[in-house]
Amino acid sequence: MHQGKRIRVLLGKPGLDGHDRGIKVVARALRDAGMEVIYTGLHQTAESIVAAAIQEDVDVVGLSILSGAHMTLFPKVAKLLREQGADNVVLIGGGTIPQDDVEQLLAGGWVEALFTPGTPTTELVEWIEKRVTGQKD
Amino acid sequence: MTQKPLRENRKFVTVSGVPIKELYGPADVNIDVEQDLGQPGEYPFTRGVQKNMYRGRLWTMRQFSGFATAKETNERYRFLLDNGQTGLSVAFDMPTLMGYDSDHSFSEGEVGRCGVAIDSLADMERLFEGIPLDQVSTSMTINGPAAVIWAMYLVAAEKQGVSLKDLRGTIQNDILKEYIAQKAWIFPPKPHMRLITDIFAFASKEVPQWNTVSISGYHIREAGSTAVQELAFTLADGFAYVEAGIEAGLDVDEFAPRLSFFFNSHMDFFEEIAKYRAARRIWARYMKEKYKAKDPRSWKLRFHTQTAGCSLTGQQPENNIVRTALEALAAVLGGTQSLHTNSMDEVLALPTEKAVKIALRTQQIIAYESGVVNTIDPLAGSYFVEALTKQMEEEAEAYFRQIEERGGVLAAIEQGFFQQELADAAYNYQKAIETGERIIVGVNDFVEENETLDIEILKIDPQIEIEQVKNLTQLKESRDNRQVAATLQALKEGAEGTANLIPLIMDCVRAYATLGEIVDVMKEVFGVYRERPVF
Repeated sequence: MHQGKRIRVLLGKPGLDGHDRGIKVVARALRDAGMEVIYTGLHQTAESIVAAAIQEDVDVVGLSILSGAHMTLFPKVAKLLREQGADNVVLIGGGTIPQDDVEQLLAGGWVEALFTPGTPTTELVEWIEKRVTGQKD
Repeated sequence: MTQKPLRENRKFVTVSGVPIKELYGPADVNIDVEQDLGQPGEYPFTRGVQKNMYRGRLWTMRQFSGFATAKETNERYRFLLDNGQTGLSVAFDMPTLMGYDSDHSFSEGEVGRCGVAIDSLADMERLFEGIPLDQVSTSMTINGPAAVIWAMYLVAAEKQGVSLKDLRGTIQNDILKEYIAQKAWIFPPKPHMRLITDIFAFASKEVPQWNTVSISGYHIREAGSTAVQELAFTLADGFAYVEAGIEAGLDVDEFAPRLSFFFNSHMDFFEEIAKYRAARRIWARYMKEKYKAKDPRSWKLRFHTQTAGCSLTGQQPENNIVRTALEALAAVLGGTQSLHTNSMDEVLALPTEKAVKIALRTQQIIAYESGVVNTIDPLAGSYFVEALTKQMEEEAEAYFRQIEERGGVLAAIEQGFFQQELADAAYNYQKAIETGERIIVGVNDFVEENETLDIEILKIDPQIEIEQVKNLTQLKESRDNRQVAATLQALKEGAEGTANLIPLIMDCVRAYATLGEIVDVMKEVFGVYRERPVF
């Protein structure tokens, strides 16, 4: 459905966490890779992120959480996306998230992929491109 | 191995991207030994702020710590003190840092996660139960609501029967770097600066041993800056506080001796040492020559150091012990007054007791085994270190001029200047890793395929949040709510006028008004800050 269109990504910082180094690096890397990037800025609620995602008609929502609130915030955003009929939006994230929690969030279907510290941005770009354009490995 | 090793591709630059020569000699050192270095404990303090440095007293070993509720953190503090730690350093959770109570909707999922939850004086009393506050020095990493948290600490000390005059410690209280880097602000800059100068004035009379601001480069560096940017932006913030104090009608020597600094120690060993030495020299000169301070204590740049959290890797995390040891050694050779060493697991979660203990032991090994404390400023006179110190000083001066041209620190913040500088530097750093110009062991070279993690991770029980909220509800029912309302009203009137707000906030605290209630009253008067994000 997005053939020929630029991939649109909303990057969000939900909650009170102010660590924005990572998300800004990601924003720039995705932009340099030709995607349209909307960055919400800090201190957003799950509701405001989902509203922005729908309004901006994005393909992907990426959340960055480094405050330890990931087990609350990912499910909250995922549920809201579903409730508001935006379940076609791909939800991904990153941050300081221990492996056990990564597995639990993936297994619960709350998020499609999590990129933890040390992930090259090229890997992220590739993942998003494949996922959105529907190409397989 | 599918990946070609990157290590043949080496470039000779610092971690900040500064090119380094193959060899340094006398021709590279353009300094006047007497004027630019001087003696330890003497102007311009390049060689250290004390005459005898670590022979007199070692640096304070101070591990930043806090999680869950006041009860759990109190236990961790006692553990650290029992293990030879010499000062406390409080980490607060996100709601506390942002001035929200644990029962606020924004606090959901965040209570006790990345620090301890403090809602009221009751939590503060619990936090220091059994720890006599005249016997320890306490550093508190708190900025937006610094005045409120500090008031809670002061009242908790009063309740222990300790005189405010005997209290030693630091509140970070550096709001400028919040706008620049750490992003835990509450109010717009002007009222925040007023709260800070209120703290200066109150402390100089009532709490004379307290460090009223810890002017912080740490977070600027963590947010992606280079070493020179950390140096320049931090000192520029320091000058802005000095100017604010003078504008508020204070004598510079009344408050400047209680200003302290907080720097990062990143992986580039000599660049960090040069940074600390340059910082001391620049500060001394500006304080004496530009701000006309007469008290030599106003000239001294005293600083705390934390090893670089952003240099740690989630891959092969035990390697972080080695990184931290090198960074800690640089801080000591640079003459730090206190030090936090990161634990190997902090890139993954809050540290476990075992990891914290290794980090503390790292400092003890440097202090008691390595021999580096035997002599003062041992790297002085090194062609390389002196050349780099001088170079960083000059590059910082160039930034001061740019900031000046933009109309000062507050104007530069509004223009997004620092934020853009940091975003650019962070992106360049990431690109250097991805192109292999910079090697991070275990991340882009010396990688272990299918690595599995076998270190323990500290888990915060979700029950903590429920308990904290329950205690808060009980507190609100059991306190004298008329007293709460009356003290909050008095604070509101004070905020609308020009009164020093610290005594008024202390009255609210004594009545067990909560952090969120006190902050909300000030928000009504002062408004809140909104950032225009740049990347």
